[in-house]
Amino acid sequence: MLFRVIDKPELRSLFDMLAEKNTVVGPVETGKDRNGRPLYAFEEVKDFKILRLDYTTTKLPAKRYFLPFREELATFRMKDDDWTKTIDYNIDKPLVFFGLHACDINALNKLDKVLMGPVYPMPYYAAKRMNMFIIGTGCEPQPFCFCRSMGADTVHHGFDLNITDIGDKYFIEIQSAEAFEMVKDLRTADLSEDDHVQYMKTIAEKNRKFTARVDTTDLTKILDMEFQSPVWKQWGDKCLGCGTCANVCPTCYCYGVEESVDPSLQKAVKTKTLYSCNVVDFAEVAGGHNFRPERSSRLKYRYYHKHRGFVEAYEESLCVGCGRCGEACLAGITVPEVIASVRGEEQ
Amino acid sequence: MDHRLAFHDVVPRHHKYHRISDLGSFEYTYKAEITSVYKLTELENLYRIRIIDAEDRRHFSFRPGQFIMLELPGIGEAPFSISSSPSNHEDMELCIRTAGNLTGVLSRAARGARVGIRGPFGTSFPMERMHGGNILLIAGGLGLAPLRSPIAHVQEHRSMFEHVDIVYGTRDQSRMLFKFQYEMWKKDDINLHVILEKTDNGWDGPVGYIPKILEDIIKSRPDTFIEQTYAIVCGPPVMFKSVCTMLAERGVPMQKMFVSLERRMHCGMGKCCRCNVGSTYTCLKGPVFDYWTVMNLKEAI
Ligand SMILES: Cc1cc2nc3c(=O)[nH]c(=O)nc-3n(C[C@H](O)[C@H](O)[C@H](O)COP(=O)(O)OP(=O)(O)OC[C@H]3O[C@@H](n4cnc5c(N)ncnc54)[C@H](O)[C@@H]3O)c2cc1C
Ligand code: SF4
Ligand code: SF4
Ligand code: FES
Repeated sequence: MLFRVIDKPELRSLFDMLAEKNTVVGPVETGKDRNGRPLYAFEEVKDFKILRLDYTTTKLPAKRYFLPFREELATFRMKDDDWTKTIDYNIDKPLVFFGLHACDINALNKLDKVLMGPVYPMPYYAAKRMNMFIIGTGCEPQPFCFCRSMGADTVHHGFDLNITDIGDKYFIEIQSAEAFEMVKDLRTADLSEDDHVQYMKTIAEKNRKFTARVDTTDLTKILDMEFQSPVWKQWGDKCLGCGTCANVCPTCYCYGVEESVDPSLQKAVKTKTLYSCNVVDFAEVAGGHNFRPERSSRLKYRYYHKHRGFVEAYEESLCVGCGRCGEACLAGITVPEVIASVRGEEQ
Repeated sequence: MDHRLAFHDVVPRHHKYHRISDLGSFEYTYKAEITSVYKLTELENLYRIRIIDAEDRRHFSFRPGQFIMLELPGIGEAPFSISSSPSNHEDMELCIRTAGNLTGVLSRAARGARVGIRGPFGTSFPMERMHGGNILLIAGGLGLAPLRSPIAHVQEHRSMFEHVDIVYGTRDQSRMLFKFQYEMWKKDDINLHVILEKTDNGWDGPVGYIPKILEDIIKSRPDTFIEQTYAIVCGPPVMFKSVCTMLAERGVPMQKMFVSLERRMHCGMGKCCRCNVGSTYTCLKGPVFDYWTVMNLKEAI
């Protein structure tokens, strides 16, 4: 990793450099909530002025750019009694992500483990992931953020460039050769002693702002032991089974596949749609048997997949602690509260 | 300077060998043809399917207990156990119950219809490990479909096994699958025990549930029988649970009993998560598990 500092106005040059020949996606303000606070979303940005690098969080992750809610896996052409299948990975250009927080980059790194591992790597994801140029940016911990508990508050790889505001300058980390090529055309400087101090101060200040916490000590084992715990039923009674939590989660990737045929009977498509394990028919099989008929068993399954199964497979959990699911849940179910209750802690 | 980022194209140029690490094998379907449809019962048909490309056909190999994803373009895709001998590289057979949309359309498909096949997927019954021992092949209902492939292995390697018993429980005579094979099995020195749930016109065999008949088999064998016995159990969860519990009580170690789990599957490749039991992917770590593993899977039974 190479470290540099740039003067603040240089950021705009970097943006313009990238935006001139590429599509840039970044945080923008889309409106205000009931309390007058701004709402943010990841969208295509053409003008640096509307980019909001000081955004708090987005309701939805940037998932739609690499795991779209609905995606065509293949199309078929039917002729007489025969057919041909055409596969398209649905990407034709690189995308620049300007301003992802550490949690969202870590979410990609986690997805990479399942979707780009050695066992059946998924080309639809891989093709998009390999064409992402990612610029990370520092953040301001919100009351619902518990990324620090999940080890996702800093990011070590999976991006090209990382930018931290250290007062009157930006501290930049250069990860990839492509990023190095870009930065060469900016006015950068080596870090001074004072820049080091400023950077440490910024990080320490950020760390002091975390309020939400999850105790992950021995969590896989505790989940194993508490499989029959009555708390699951209590959370299940609250849960609406709506699947919103999976929808807003940057690490949820489960899906269903369906095919449909064109009325002309000459064309058909195979479509993948993201699904949620909290939805009632997630594990229903032929003959009508449902392996998880109760909301409690489905909610429990979601926690087991994220905080036990994934840990067993990859030594880390499938949750970055972004808090989006808790913020979006109409029943007010949040990860810190669920885990605390399983651990027998009073909230 | 021009800062256009390079586009990395991952579209594979060719995908001849379908290694599981190749991006190109993910959505690759072998084109296959239905070469015959044989009606087994009111509900189940036996479909004989042949991969059209001769080279692909040679490369396609599977082990007993593995499954494929069968695709009908525009209708859908679903998992089915291969129900024929792994040594037959010309055709494979699928025994399929008409249960819904895809299987309904399939039941009306004619000889010559072109379907897609992905796979084979999943774990298999470790037949070689069982060589030298006794083997109990136990099926409830449609469970006989996945069992037919290990049975074929036993027939082809009969001298490698001591006592071989097929125990098959089903509802009534009209539900009996593969009747045309019973004589062949017997000819290959395989004991066939069929038990029906209901007394039936003209049925003079046993009535009741599988454990009952198993009890009689074990009693009739020498004392050393159990310690050299492996069991393969396929059927609905209540059935394999009661059978495995009973066998475990008689002394068959849990890691010598194998079951095949059925879950909803939308990919077969450890991606869609629909098949998870607890946090184990049935399509990758299963469908064949030893019973010890099943007992340790959260929410398996
Ligand atoms: C490893 C494995 C091996 C199997 N082997 C056989 C076999 O040898 N013979 C046989 O007859 N059946 C077998 N099945 C069951 C078979 O997959 C289902 O009967 C089939 O998916 C039903 O499809 P359908 O479109 O006709 O039903 P649908 O109209 O789609 O739905 C009927 C029911 O099936 C469920 N379902 C839908 N899609 C799937 C899916 N992909 N996987 C599981 N359930 C689904 C639905 O929830 C619904 O309850 C196997 C299943 C698995 C997991
Ligand atoms: S936990 Fe909340 S968001 Fe998730 S399914 Fe239940 S009610 Fe919906
Ligand atoms: S489970 Fe909730 S907190 Fe964890 S990554 Fe998903 S949305 Fe964020
Ligand atoms: S069938 Fe998709 S993960 Fe197992």
